[in-house]
Amino acid sequence: MPNMRLTKNPMPSQEPNVRNKNFQEVTLGYTDEMALDEAQRCLNCKNKPCVSGCPVNIHIPEFIQKVAAGDFEGAYQVIARSSSLPAVCGRVCPQETQCEGKCVRGIKGEPVAIGRLERFVADWHNSHATVQTITAPKNGHKVAIIGSGPAGLTCAGDLAKMGYDVTIYEALHLAGGVLVYGIPEFRLPKAIVQKEVDNLKALGVKVETNMVIGRILTIEELKTEYGYEAIFLGTGAGLPRFMNIPGENLKGVYSANEFLTRSNLMKAYRADSATPIQHAKNVAVVGGGNVAMDAARTAKRLGAENVYIIYRRGMAELPARKEEIEHAEEEGIIFKTLTNPVEILPTAVTDPRDPDYGWAAGIRCVEMELGEPDASGRRRPIVKEDSEFELPMDCVIMALGTSPNPLLKATTPGLDTQKRGEIIADENGLTSLEGVYAGGDAVTGAATVILAMGAGKTAAAAIDKYIQSKA
Amino acid sequence: MFSIVEKRRLNDSMTLMSMEAPFIARKAQAGQFIILRVNEYGERIPLTIADYDREKGTITIIYQKVGKTTLLLDTLEVGDAILDFIGPLGKASELEGHKKVAVIGGGAGCAIAYPQAKALHNMGVQVDIIAGFRSKDIIILEEEMRAVCDNLYLMTDDGSNGHKGFVTAALQENIDNGANYDFVIAIGPLPMMRAVCNLTKEQNIETMISMNPIMIDGTGMCGGCRLTVGGETKFACIDGPDFDGHKVDFDEAMKRLRTYGEQEAEATREFNCHLMEGAKNA
Repeated sequence: MPNMRLTKNPMPSQEPNVRNKNFQEVTLGYTDEMALDEAQRCLNCKNKPCVSGCPVNIHIPEFIQKVAAGDFEGAYQVIARSSSLPAVCGRVCPQETQCEGKCVRGIKGEPVAIGRLERFVADWHNSHATVQTITAPKNGHKVAIIGSGPAGLTCAGDLAKMGYDVTIYEALHLAGGVLVYGIPEFRLPKAIVQKEVDNLKALGVKVETNMVIGRILTIEELKTEYGYEAIFLGTGAGLPRFMNIPGENLKGVYSANEFLTRSNLMKAYRADSATPIQHAKNVAVVGGGNVAMDAARTAKRLGAENVYIIYRRGMAELPARKEEIEHAEEEGIIFKTLTNPVEILPTAVTDPRDPDYGWAAGIRCVEMELGEPDASGRRRPIVKEDSEFELPMDCVIMALGTSPNPLLKATTPGLDTQKRGEIIADENGLTSLEGVYAGGDAVTGAATVILAMGAGKTAAAAIDKYIQSKA
Repeated sequence: MFSIVEKRRLNDSMTLMSMEAPFIARKAQAGQFIILRVNEYGERIPLTIADYDREKGTITIIYQKVGKTTLLLDTLEVGDAILDFIGPLGKASELEGHKKVAVIGGGAGCAIAYPQAKALHNMGVQVDIIAGFRSKDIIILEEEMRAVCDNLYLMTDDGSNGHKGFVTAALQENIDNGANYDFVIAIGPLPMMRAVCNLTKEQNIETMISMNPIMIDGTGMCGGCRLTVGGETKFACIDGPDFDGHKVDFDEAMKRLRTYGEQEAEATREFNCHLMEGAKNA
């Protein structure tokens, strides 16, 4: 008999006023008992709407039935057939709009906690299992993956399981892409990302860091000199946007990418890191997505007294995950919605030799109201007349979204892109160059981890088909 | 890991080092830079490629000991290795189409001006090098520079080598004497590059400078290195580091460079304390 309780098993987590002073993971994960109990809530329904809500189509009821039976490793093997990064996705997917959004139990009450169960299974496997995932025998074909973010890691994992000789090229000194430089430790512990990368290495995937493709080697050279039969571009969308308002180049104004890279990748929050970061008193984060929430919560943990999210639409329009918004509110982040910055104000000009001269000292904003829906169906924010006001601010973080980095386009003749730099690829990920595939944010512009993984998966299947058709 | 194959002290504060980095050596061009990280706790710092040897597969850098990371780097010897060495980054300098060029280096900037002069000289361009140093004991690369130019003007602020004055004095004198430069390259501290640009703007001589803002990744993903050039925001790591010197907002660049001044001073003090403790314990 299934467990008909209407609510999910709650997730144990650190107290808000404790966790907003440390960088340890906020949520602590289910115990065996909680997982067994939650798994009983799944009705194992025949038409499985949850599976269609998952971009990589994990066999959700099948793995949950294994959990309910206490076969945690069996559950992991079910997930592993579809996903290479379950410990990551269980943590960072927006389940409310994906698998859990489609769950039948969600019609009356809360859906089954699919994400929490996936995370439980992956963590259990990573701390208990000794069994290797089974891979096909080596087939002697070489594939290069450019970029080690979620798209590249997934594509590499799938191809390695099929028997390909896979090498990942990464520009930074650590593999993981946004999982290591973007998403903070308190949401996604870096040890978990490292473990997933190690799992790939155990499948025979080679990871070459410090390799800026385009500069150190070109796509053409990888094909002709190094004999890669196919190449997957999973280079993401890492180029930050700014508002182009006065004062944006003052000291104390960061892109969210810079602020988070200093904190996450370079560990600037730790005393033993050589990388500095500003410990500000009043911080404004401009934007309303997950990156804005991550930057605001990081600034709070670095000791800021007041941290504001400044967003031009309303609370209901915030694009961030619901859980992240709730966590941010609990931790004391102040939401100033329907507000838009127009200028960042500098410290007063006293003596040009004063080292403090040139810092941000405040932010000037206008209030907004929502007008008629625009072409995208979202209500357009309009400036309210005579609504200007100022807030003191010694740090401003711009989290306005990102575009694909122009480097690859500039150094790869024949690679077609959109106006903003997104690589043009067909539904299988094939670009304008033969044997060159692309996926993830490099194609779509900034999106989610799981969509990037889905694109990596699709491209892996297409690459396999392409190479087999030539052989 | 990247092995150190050569280390040479140029003066009390500057050191030349060559690393085994065959992939970078194959591609490096004048004007490009690398980013390095000494160890696991290290920060990423940018340094210009001072020279490269495609056959040996080595990259040469020249660094000035100015703070914690360069002091730490300086504790390493031939045979040691550093953890990360990333490049070649930035755009190569566009050096085509000139007849007579003045290459101006200020202090450590000579390490960057030298490969530019060398590239121009090898293209058959007439090159004058004007190199400025505080005093004669910190002069670097004198022989190397002399070998790649038509005339070397070696200036010292205090006149300790016999030629007293800033680089701008030598540049003005050469122009007055009819040097007819059609291009000037200036590389050094920001105030020096600004002074050169003020002079060449008056003379209407196109001037290229190499900017050295704070960098983290060096690949265009953070904007830490942004500058205002001709009223537009540019990222020095992907749009530069070379820019038209007559368009750069020097004032803003100078302020941004001092963002972490206090934290840098503190880190350097701590590092020097640990070094001394180490020496006592040894």
